[in-house]
Amino acid sequence: MTPERQFDVLVVGAGPAGLAAACCAAESGRRVGVVDDNPDLGGQIWRGERVHPHHKEAGAWLQRVRTASLDFLPGMQVIGQNGPGRLLAETADGACELRFERLILAPGARERFLPFPGWTLPGVLGAGGLQAMVKGGLPIEGRRVVVAGSGPLLLAVAAYLRTRGAKASLIAEQAAWSALLPFGLALLRTQPDKTRQALALRWALRGVPYRTDCWPMRADGDGKLASVTLTNGRRTWSVPCDYLACGFGLVPNLELPLLMGCDVRAGFVAVDEMQQTSVNGVYGAGEVTGIGGLDKSLTEGQIAGYAATGQPAKARRLVAARKRSQRFAATLNTAFALRDELRHVAAPDTLVCRCEDVSYDRVRRHESWRAAKLQTRCGMGPCQGRVCGAATEFLFGWPTTSVRPPIYPTALANFLESPANPASLA
Amino acid sequence: MPETIRIKVNGVAVDVPEHTNVAAAVTRAGHVHFRRSVTGQPRGPLCGMGICFECRVTIDGQPHRRSCQVLCRPGMEIQTDDA
Ligand SMILES: Cc1cc2nc3c(=O)[nH]c(=O)nc-3n(C[C@H](O)[C@H](O)[C@H](O)COP(=O)(O)OP(=O)(O)OC[C@H]3O[C@@H](n4cnc5c(N)ncnc54)[C@H](O)[C@@H]3O)c2cc1C
Ligand code: FES
Repeated sequence: MTPERQFDVLVVGAGPAGLAAACCAAESGRRVGVVDDNPDLGGQIWRGERVHPHHKEAGAWLQRVRTASLDFLPGMQVIGQNGPGRLLAETADGACELRFERLILAPGARERFLPFPGWTLPGVLGAGGLQAMVKGGLPIEGRRVVVAGSGPLLLAVAAYLRTRGAKASLIAEQAAWSALLPFGLALLRTQPDKTRQALALRWALRGVPYRTDCWPMRADGDGKLASVTLTNGRRTWSVPCDYLACGFGLVPNLELPLLMGCDVRAGFVAVDEMQQTSVNGVYGAGEVTGIGGLDKSLTEGQIAGYAATGQPAKARRLVAARKRSQRFAATLNTAFALRDELRHVAAPDTLVCRCEDVSYDRVRRHESWRAAKLQTRCGMGPCQGRVCGAATEFLFGWPTTSVRPPIYPTALANFLESPANPASLA
Repeated sequence: MPETIRIKVNGVAVDVPEHTNVAAAVTRAGHVHFRRSVTGQPRGPLCGMGICFECRVTIDGQPHRRSCQVLCRPGMEIQTDDA
């Protein structure tokens, strides 16, 4: 028998959005559970805060989490649905069924990785990826790091790595200076606190060149990374390094919302004023409804938590703040739009799918994601297309909004027992 | 002083600080190659957050565990593909 846990409100994701939702929901006195696949809470930005506090705002929220009456289920991954009001989850020790009246989905986002020659070499990681590894105990002191790709995350990561003793030699931002300038000016005009944050980051990074219009062309090394070659479209040059921390913005983790039947619009989970998705009783908050940073996640999480527990008046008080953070998100996403040249950096033999080792040349011959999957096994490995799907979406314009359970590979036994698998009903 | 935990990576004992995850511990033990891809290429962690499956190793006999998502525990035995 699979063990069961019953909650009035179940929150998936213990990042800022999920934690804010859970705290607000718990104010109602209802039984609230928070499930997250990481061994500790905090999500992407607040990962490891308990061991190495880094973010000011995290302390207050984590304190609030500790005093709220919440059941925290760490190290548990939701892998499928088990009928209405039930999710199937898995830990290292086996399966678990989670039952709920209301569900708040806050599964966050992941980095978008784009293929370039050498990107599979050990030592080439995501930008947030390297940061997460360092928070997990990877020694970085004295290591030479090039940070590349796109988005404000590059600055946050470089600044963090520097506080941990890394030698950040360069930040290469693909966006054009001409696109970033209006963003900077809008920030100055409308968001004085964000401007202060940006200036503080710049100060923390004094001495580290921040080059715009600049992106990686290739990574080289014998069995592990030794150098990265960058270009600004006119000239190319190589920089020796121990790590390349490289991510091209964020993409939402849509697998679970899609599996639950939630409508997706323009690539994100569609929600109403109260953060409710198209599925009654299922709410969405944080990066899954649009990439927008910490404030947006916290505000949406609070609204969802209040709305899901019959506290609409408290939710409404946050609507104006949400609008502000959404406006900020929109300017941000325009400024850091990916340039066309990035579609042409992969060589024919560059791997696109790292699970099944499928090359760019083999993938590009197909006309859709589905055809490429069937013919080449691209996206059919254990990551289930989480890496190459986001890449081909950008490279070839292939939408990848279909999903099959289980949403993560699982010890087969857990899955076969459960009615989430249509075959098991037969 | 932070507590340390003794684990084994490919049979060799390593001491790591408490709260270290297995991926970081494998690197601390001097390994860059975590797994071999389906065509035999060496690979190491990419995403650090459990989505890419590049950091898979064998932990206490369980193959294909994502090392970036598992905290070290005393006595843990870890094997990379090149072991
Ligand atoms: C790798 C990375 C690093 C980042 N670093 C920074 C930074 O340094 N500074 C900064 O300002 N912003 C950073 N960001 C952006 C930041 O994550 C967002 O601004 C915001 O904090 C997101 O909050 P969230 O709660 O929406 O999602 P997240 O913080 O992503 O939280 C979602 C949580 O849900 C869990 N989850 C997802 N699916 C499942 C499932 N099926 N079962 C169980 N659990 C699940 C995830 O593991 C995660 O812990 C980073 C983003 C990424 C992807
Ligand atoms: S590094 Fe991607 S799953 Fe561990």
